[in-house]
Amino acid sequence: MSNTKALSSITQKVIMSLMGIFLIMFLLVHLGINLFLLPLTENHREIFLASAEFMSTFPPMKIMEIGLFGGFIIHILYGVIVQLQNWKSRGSKSYAVASKTKATLASKTMIYSGILVFMFLAMHIYQFYFVKLGLNTGPMLEGTHHPDFYKMAIDLFTNDAIFSTIYILSFVVLYLHLSHAFQSAFQTLGWNHPKYTPIVKALGEIYAIVVPLGFISIPIYYMIWG
Amino acid sequence: MDLKLKIWRQENAQAKGEFKTYNVAGVSSDSSFLEMLDVLNESIVDKVETPVCFDHDCREGICGMCSLYINGRPHGPDDAITTCQLHMRKFKDGDTITIEPWRASPFPVIKDLVVDRTALDSIIQSGGYTSAKTGGVPDANATLIDKYSSDLAMDAASCIGCGACVAACKNASAMLFVAAKVSQFALLPQGQVEKTKRVQDMVARMDELGFGNCTNTYACEMECPKEISVTNIARMNREFLSSKVCSEQ
Ligand code: FES
Repeated sequence: MSNTKALSSITQKVIMSLMGIFLIMFLLVHLGINLFLLPLTENHREIFLASAEFMSTFPPMKIMEIGLFGGFIIHILYGVIVQLQNWKSRGSKSYAVASKTKATLASKTMIYSGILVFMFLAMHIYQFYFVKLGLNTGPMLEGTHHPDFYKMAIDLFTNDAIFSTIYILSFVVLYLHLSHAFQSAFQTLGWNHPKYTPIVKALGEIYAIVVPLGFISIPIYYMIWG
Repeated sequence: MDLKLKIWRQENAQAKGEFKTYNVAGVSSDSSFLEMLDVLNESIVDKVETPVCFDHDCREGICGMCSLYINGRPHGPDDAITTCQLHMRKFKDGDTITIEPWRASPFPVIKDLVVDRTALDSIIQSGGYTSAKTGGVPDANATLIDKYSSDLAMDAASCIGCGACVAACKNASAMLFVAAKVSQFALLPQGQVEKTKRVQDMVARMDELGFGNCTNTYACEMECPKEISVTNIARMNREFLSSKVCSEQ
């Protein structure tokens, strides 16, 4: 059997991991802004709205936005391509006894956690980003044509228990995805080193727990105290 | 001990194949797994039926021929050993043991439990040669190699090419095998001359043969009878990337 790949297997994986690292960094920025949905300071609402405004109007951010969408699309596209190739390599005949090898659940389910995160992302873009584009309706900031993301988010978290539940579950799935993704990206890029890999693994674990937990804390706060 | 064996029987590459159940009685717990199969085969031959085909050669864990997927694990329920080194004391009286061939598209079944692993040889061949000085016998100490690198190279070179990494991998990726073969040269001064071409050719051949992409589940490392480390995969990725970026080839 032979396969013809447009790019070599390693190149495909390197592209995926570079995009993944880019998305990991973006998520941190997103969390940084979102945390101001919580009453951290007196003027948390103003800070949140100012950051949202900055992100959507500052010209270099526009370029970053294109890069971000590109990053998502390439990461997802290659994720699917790699998976399809892998299923083909595994063949039509599967083992009668399921694997007893102790590979982590996260590493074995990347495509599924990825698909779930993608579904959340699609919903998220429809609910928020489409309002900015004028393709969906939502509350506007008084006297402007900018959407009031603050009000949208708080309303959803306070009144829509189903949304909040989906939101929380999505971030649990994202934890699963990230807990494998972080160190895996470094391994693919060839960064496996007796001194630094333990640090990378620890950082990955911390990131995978802290970041989704940060996002989850917001709906939980509003569900309880909203 | 008395055992029930569920063994994959397949007449040839085209046949559909199915599991057949055999009962073996009075197996010594000191016998090896392959000896247990020999006993089974003798009883099958006595009945004038075709014995179960399985690969084996050295029976001492060095040739990499034995290749059985036993109860959900390549080389069975023990770590860092080949099937031929597996002993029946690892099982209990009355156990049911399911024995399957390696499953991967690049490893078609030839008969029963025997699969065609020439794909791995083909990858090695694609790696080409290493240039060496001709002429008088060189002084043994003329090429200095630090102990650390030489140990790593030796560890990589201990790969016996059994294919357990491919069999264990949910993606049927041969990355651990290829990485070991790339590393054993990349770590030594003698391997430097052709290193750019070698890694590119071997990776290209691996892809061509239809092996999957590595997704770092590390199942390969867990099942490798020679405990080849996935750090070799990272090394191969480095070698590959630097060869793509820096070299003109
Ligand atoms: S028969 Fe040679 S390694 Fe098992």
